Amino acid sequence: MKFTLGWLKDHLETEASVGEIVETLIEIGLEVDTVDDPAAELSAFRVAHVVSAEQHPDADRLRVCRVDTGDGTVQVVCGAPNARAGMKGVFAPVGTWVPGIEVELKAAKIRGIESSGMLVSEREMGLSDEHDGIIDLPEDAPIGVPFAEVLGIDDPVIDIELTPNRPDCTGVRGIARDLAAAGLGMLKSFDSAVPVAGSYDSPVNWEIAGDGNACSYVVGRHFKGLTNGPAPKWLQDRLRAVGLRPISALVDVTNYVSLDLGRPLHVFDAGKLKNKTLTMRRARDGEDFMALVEKEYTLDNEMTVIGDGDTAEALAGVMGGLESSCTEETTEVFLEVALFDPVSVATTGRKLQMESDARYRFERGVDPESAEWGAEVAARLILEFCGGETSMPTSAGAMPDWQRSVELRNDRVATLGGVDVPAERQAEILEALGFETERLNGRMNAAVPSWRPDIGGEADLVEEITRIHGFDRIAPVSLDRDAALPAVAITPEQRRTSTVRRALAANGLDEAVTWSFMGRAHAELFGEFSETLLLANPISSELDAMRPSILGNLLLAAGRNADRGFADVGLFELGPAYQDATPDGQQLVAAGVRHGHVQLAHWSDKARVADALDAKADALAALEAAGAPAANVQISRDAPDWYHPGRSGALRLGKNILAYFGEVHPAVLRGLNVRGPAVGFEVFLDNLPPRKDKGSSRLPLRLESLQPVRRDFAFLVNAEVQAGDLLRAARGADRDVITDVALFDVYEGKNVEEGKKSLAIQATLQPTDATFTDAEIEEFSAKIVAAVEKATGGALRG
Amino acid sequence: MTAPDISELQESLLAEVASADSLDALEAVRVSALGKKGAITAQMKGLGALDGEARKEAGQALNRVKDAVQAAIGARQAALDAVALEARLAHETVDVTLPPRPRLEGHLHPVSQVTEECIAIFGEMGFTVAEGPDIEDDFHNFTALNIPPEHPARQMHDTFYLNPPDDRPAPVLRTHTSPVQIRTMETSKPPIRIIAPGRTYRSDSDATHTPMFHQIEALVVDETTHMGHLKGCIIDFCRAFFDIPDLPVRFRPSHFPFTEPSMEVDIGCSREGGELRIGNFGEGADNWLEIMGSGMVHPKVLEYGGIDPTKYQGFAFGMGIDRIAMLKYGIPDLRTFFDADIRWLRHYGFVPLAVPSMVRGL
Repeated sequence: MKFTLGWLKDHLETEASVGEIVETLIEIGLEVDTVDDPAAELSAFRVAHVVSAEQHPDADRLRVCRVDTGDGTVQVVCGAPNARAGMKGVFAPVGTWVPGIEVELKAAKIRGIESSGMLVSEREMGLSDEHDGIIDLPEDAPIGVPFAEVLGIDDPVIDIELTPNRPDCTGVRGIARDLAAAGLGMLKSFDSAVPVAGSYDSPVNWEIAGDGNACSYVVGRHFKGLTNGPAPKWLQDRLRAVGLRPISALVDVTNYVSLDLGRPLHVFDAGKLKNKTLTMRRARDGEDFMALVEKEYTLDNEMTVIGDGDTAEALAGVMGGLESSCTEETTEVFLEVALFDPVSVATTGRKLQMESDARYRFERGVDPESAEWGAEVAARLILEFCGGETSMPTSAGAMPDWQRSVELRNDRVATLGGVDVPAERQAEILEALGFETERLNGRMNAAVPSWRPDIGGEADLVEEITRIHGFDRIAPVSLDRDAALPAVAITPEQRRTSTVRRALAANGLDEAVTWSFMGRAHAELFGEFSETLLLANPISSELDAMRPSILGNLLLAAGRNADRGFADVGLFELGPAYQDATPDGQQLVAAGVRHGHVQLAHWSDKARVADALDAKADALAALEAAGAPAANVQISRDAPDWYHPGRSGALRLGKNILAYFGEVHPAVLRGLNVRGPAVGFEVFLDNLPPRKDKGSSRLPLRLESLQPVRRDFAFLVNAEVQAGDLLRAARGADRDVITDVALFDVYEGKNVEEGKKSLAIQATLQPTDATFTDAEIEEFSAKIVAAVEKATGGALRG
Repeated sequence: MTAPDISELQESLLAEVASADSLDALEAVRVSALGKKGAITAQMKGLGALDGEARKEAGQALNRVKDAVQAAIGARQAALDAVALEARLAHETVDVTLPPRPRLEGHLHPVSQVTEECIAIFGEMGFTVAEGPDIEDDFHNFTALNIPPEHPARQMHDTFYLNPPDDRPAPVLRTHTSPVQIRTMETSKPPIRIIAPGRTYRSDSDATHTPMFHQIEALVVDETTHMGHLKGCIIDFCRAFFDIPDLPVRFRPSHFPFTEPSMEVDIGCSREGGELRIGNFGEGADNWLEIMGSGMVHPKVLEYGGIDPTKYQGFAFGMGIDRIAMLKYGIPDLRTFFDADIRWLRHYGFVPLAVPSMVRGL
């Protein structure tokens, strides 16, 4: 919403500066977007008198002028054909930025003659394309005065970003009212609504069809004998200042009233109407409408039009039609002053992607009373600018019943608003905003003005009072706590999540945050895809589905990094994965990928590419950090099919899957167009068993005084035997004594027959009461060998 | 043996010790002096031939010789050890400029760190952390927050919708963390003091908007909390988060459907030289930066949450986590947050041991 300072002063008696006004606007909730002061930008350009103009000795087309700038006389060399002695022009001194030619003026010698400054054309000032000569001002133009002032463009333009709840401020008068309430001046009285007498019955009348269209009430007036020339200069200046192009008096009046009072109007060229009745009705599905902007729109039955017979002559509340629009030849018009349903106008405008000043106002809610006074204001201006006469008003429908009161308990300003404002002052503020108040004991009834549809309850009144009183007068109060120490802010699950995140980072992975969406084609690589996860309005086909797994996005990210020359990356993300669109369909997952090398070539070690067991280590680190019973976790080979079938596994507690890990299936990598190999893991944090509350106390520590004994065994087993089975068997051979079994060698090849492998373990035997005898150690060793043989069919290597 | 003889013996033995130039030579001296057949041992054996006082005197003298020689051997041995060690160490060197074996440590994303910073601050003020689903229903995301069906935010150009599974209204990706307010009110009784961080979604994508971003929401509901508390809480947070004790904070009236009265919050900044910095640079018109929306919870929202608005009141506010992370840590481009560029993650990320805490400083 744009307006100028001068325009504001039509409604507000004030001495305040632009700065004070802007500051106050911000303080009362009318957010100032920009302040444009053309006078300040053009302040160097001033009216000057050309005292003499003589032929340049060395150039036919140049004249040497002596110019009285009001600040002294300077010599200027000028090439304009109209430069002559005695004229009044516009002078820019040395140092001025000349916007039209984008040059900062410097003192110069032109063909040997000193020239200080410039007499400028309109184009050079950036005002128009006029460049036939320098600006030639009337003789009485006062020397030394800023040219912007002479031109009438010295009015600062303020643009405010209006929140949707303030339809009253879509007109300059509403803004003036708010400022006056805030103490920045007096709101001038509004007398242009005095009825204008009509001299005949309108030959055109209104009808509102009973089809549930958007119009509740409409007033019209007919005008005849008009002369539609240009509007007066002051009005044209106003419109131009706020970015509107003056068209003709009739059109300019409708725009002016809309901006000045927030009352949109429309004028039909009555000579072009075919019927005696204009009808507010729903559009037909597929009905065509040729708008004023010379663009055709196809309408639907949800929209409301103003019909002249079968033809839609206006789209209600949004835009008039081309057919019946006013031209310079127009001599009779029919004025529309209507009330339309805000939601309908907003929906129509949005569907057709039509922006207009009318829509801007109607979708916020136009003052219902303005249907009547709007007709009077418009009639007065039309008659003033175009002559002719007007009919008596004609109308259809009824003004909606807008009267209502809201009760305010006066102490609510303190108990909700946090600031003490005396009851008298509360009433004064509301009255200044147009409310009528009735004071009762400790409370008041506030009758809401017709232009404030946003006021619904007591809290709204507290807002009105506090914003005008000033939010900065509300003293900040720090929150107090019930106890000296705060309660724990996060749940055990949230704490677990945080610990897992830090553990994975400590494990060498960098945390990424990737989109919760991915492309459907990619999503389908990660198990059975639920159609419910498709977005109805994605921003692109690459992001059209909620991700069923985080792995896809991490692999794509690894691929992008590889494309940039960083192929060795480890990434993880802790976030949602989606099974379906229900609240329970969202899982919290910690997923990670390793791509390229986990260990770079180093003088002490060889480079090593990430393998499935790196992913297993990551998954176990996450589980351990999460406090899962890692020692009881079982490992199975049934990872889902986005993993390599032979190089992947699942970590589980019985049926409950805690994690998957392994090499990513080559077909998945191909589907994602990522060069492999890559390994990954997914830890399902929601599946972890809840931590049992056992208090903070640990089990007692048992320190054995006797040294443990360590024994090495090498077993020859079939190649397909899994190390985990062998280790479990060895460990289980005597749970009281064997405290640890470590696998220290896996060997296939020379000296080991085809189809077999050698697994070497070290068992730790812990004596408790007395040192083991040789016989006892032999006995435990035999138990281990027997257990391993039973579980794996392996035998000690000879 | 006479006293002069004993003295001579001592001198000759000490001379031999002093001249021993290796541990082996020293051992030979020790044996020749103190061994079973050594010189001192032989003299000791001869004492038996003396009698009375003489034996006592000679014995004492010999013991003094023995002690002196032993001490000399000890000292000589230490000196020779030191020389030998020095000689060995002279051969043992390592190139200390060699790079050590790599120890890989990853980093936390700034969104995670900043979220925990917020939790650390609000936790001190007695807030607890609440969460809710990303895929929301129309009621929790809009209706219960007093956003009517015709509100522009509900339209296709702002909200992501999912394909509806049946005749029910289409699920939405939550456009803000505010539905967690409703879910909290539905499941708990006042007094309520929660914050809700999380992912949020809007179908916007340009230089300063991404289709997914993060918000943190605060909600306080009790019988007495008013706008002064709202101001106090936000000022306390902003100053703690940015660690600027005199950070100016400004409250401007505004409008949101879910609060009444509503205010937008600006903090002090400087844009000098085209560089945005947060801080106290005076209250010039250009020295403000909007960082969040806030207000007193709308009575209708309380009602939708099942809380009696005639008895309870409170405030709510919300801000962008990514945005405050950018401001605090000088990260220039929002889009880079979600690109997982390893160079970016390592540069702007945080080491895992740096857990935010108000006690230790953020």
